Amino acid sequence: MTDAPLTNAYQNWFRFSRNPTAMIGLVIVVICVMAAILAPHITPFPDHVGAVTNFRARHLPPSSINWFGTDNVGRDIFTRVIFGLRISLLLAVVVLGIAIPVGTILGMAAGYFGGWTEIVIMRVTDIALAIPPLVMALAVAAVLSPDLLHSMLAIASLWWTWHTRMIYSITRQLRTQEFIEAAETLGASKFHILFREILPNCVSAIAVKTSLDCGFVILVGAALSFLGLGIQPPTPDLGTMVAQGASFLPDYWWESVLPGLAILFLALGFNLLGDGLRDLFDVEDVR
Amino acid sequence: MEFLSFLIKRVLWSVLVLVGLSMVIFVIARVVPGDPARMALGPRATPEQVAQLQTELGLDRPIVAQYGRFIEGLTRGDLGRSLLTERPVNDDIRETFAATFELVLCTMVLAMGIGVPLGMIAAYWKDQWPDTAVRFFAIFAAVTPSFFLALLLQILAGYVLHLLPTTGRLPNSMEFEASTTGLLLIDSVIAGRWDVLGEALRHLLLPAIALAAATMGQMARLTRASMIDVSRQDYIEAARAFGIPEWLRVTKYMLRPSFVPPLTIMGLEFASLIGGAFVVEMVFAWPGMAAYGIRTILQKDLNAVMGVVMVSGVFFVLVNLAIDVMVGFVDPRVRIRGRR
Repeated sequence: MTDAPLTNAYQNWFRFSRNPTAMIGLVIVVICVMAAILAPHITPFPDHVGAVTNFRARHLPPSSINWFGTDNVGRDIFTRVIFGLRISLLLAVVVLGIAIPVGTILGMAAGYFGGWTEIVIMRVTDIALAIPPLVMALAVAAVLSPDLLHSMLAIASLWWTWHTRMIYSITRQLRTQEFIEAAETLGASKFHILFREILPNCVSAIAVKTSLDCGFVILVGAALSFLGLGIQPPTPDLGTMVAQGASFLPDYWWESVLPGLAILFLALGFNLLGDGLRDLFDVEDVR
Repeated sequence: MEFLSFLIKRVLWSVLVLVGLSMVIFVIARVVPGDPARMALGPRATPEQVAQLQTELGLDRPIVAQYGRFIEGLTRGDLGRSLLTERPVNDDIRETFAATFELVLCTMVLAMGIGVPLGMIAAYWKDQWPDTAVRFFAIFAAVTPSFFLALLLQILAGYVLHLLPTTGRLPNSMEFEASTTGLLLIDSVIAGRWDVLGEALRHLLLPAIALAAATMGQMARLTRASMIDVSRQDYIEAARAFGIPEWLRVTKYMLRPSFVPPLTIMGLEFASLIGGAFVVEMVFAWPGMAAYGIRTILQKDLNAVMGVVMVSGVFFVLVNLAIDVMVGFVDPRVRIRGRR
């Protein structure tokens, strides 16, 4: 009995590791996270993160010294891409760190309590869904100033809607099930029912959604910085690098194409991982 | 009759969403920044000038009265003046909206027109190579940033192959005023200018592909899943037992109910399509509302930005209303039961 969770975890891992796309996703995510954490130690030119200029080395094509070439002021693009992963991952962590708890609690409350709670929460959710996150971030950037923190808050202020909708529909299905009724009959508190009975049944759906969302938040964040509304230079950011490199297309293609591929790679990792988890937990309707 | 009450409910509901949206925008525009008058005049304005503009804009009145004025302006279609163009925001948006509308509409047609058949193919040959190919396509379409895809398309089709134009709606040399609807594809047909129609299509293709890719992948995925779901239903087995030919079974009896989930999600996805349009319009120098929005944001032109956000929201709500009506037509269960 005591080793049952362990066996379960092992079985899950066994099934997960047999799924090639999920494993590829996991490997990509692990590589990117490790690279981002260890960036100052593994990059060849860590000082190129700042406003360094070396005009003799500008627009150099990819070589054994500068793996991804150099940009228009002679900085090593490979170094800046690795550091850029940090901003993208930070964005995903902060946005989802706000959106998931908020969305989950609202979704559970709306699904379980019903009545006015449900009406108010779900109608507010519908209104929030009518505003594209990117457009909201743009509006906030116009009112305040273009800045990473503001962008993150703007995206987070709308991102919870998807989690609310998902948790709401799961909770609605759970509400009438016997184990919930049993807990109610035994006089369990509302808190107990929400967090001890319903929440554990949402965890696998949340895990899948989180993994898929990481990729999508990173894409929205990259789009914002591509438009010049993310973190401000000289801090390396993948979207900003694509935008700056775009003015030197097609001759110096590596300056925008390689950072762009880095965004794609990162988002691909989270997407494959999420797909794998979906197969593993068998939660078909999570997008 | 059922359908009519379903429709009325949906319309009332849309109005409510729009009221909520106007509140959100009002809060962002009037409450968050502190003092819009000072922002509009800049740091060098004297206190008297600021006070005068505050009175002009009604900022010295209570916040509820200001919201009332804002709503009154919205219902008259008055979004205030743009600081950037020094014209009414409505005029600016009216001129730019058609280009965005045309782009987004073509994108939806492309996403559905290619995504749904791909999903059908994947479901029909489930677990065989066409299924795998569609799955790969769907994943890559979902994770490629739209601005990156836009740039790649520009390099490939524009610079390398010289196949398609990479910027604008029409060549500079072409004289054509889209005066009837503002949509080049329709106005050129009305005017009988087939050369304009051809050029407009050529210019539209790359931006539409860049914008459609992610949604197309999503549509393929959803169609596949719901086709497989439907194929397990008893009435499909019954259709087979009655000897209804396979092509008819797949295209009519299976596709129709399978069509509902992708269609519903298309409505929700529409928000991210508008978001994507901001990026794609910038890359392709598309003279649309999103490009106007970006220009005005960089100038802190609050009225214009709020106008763009409001119009995007209205656009979203109307498209979803239209899609709900379509779903009601496709699936009778929906219009009888009410909301999905």
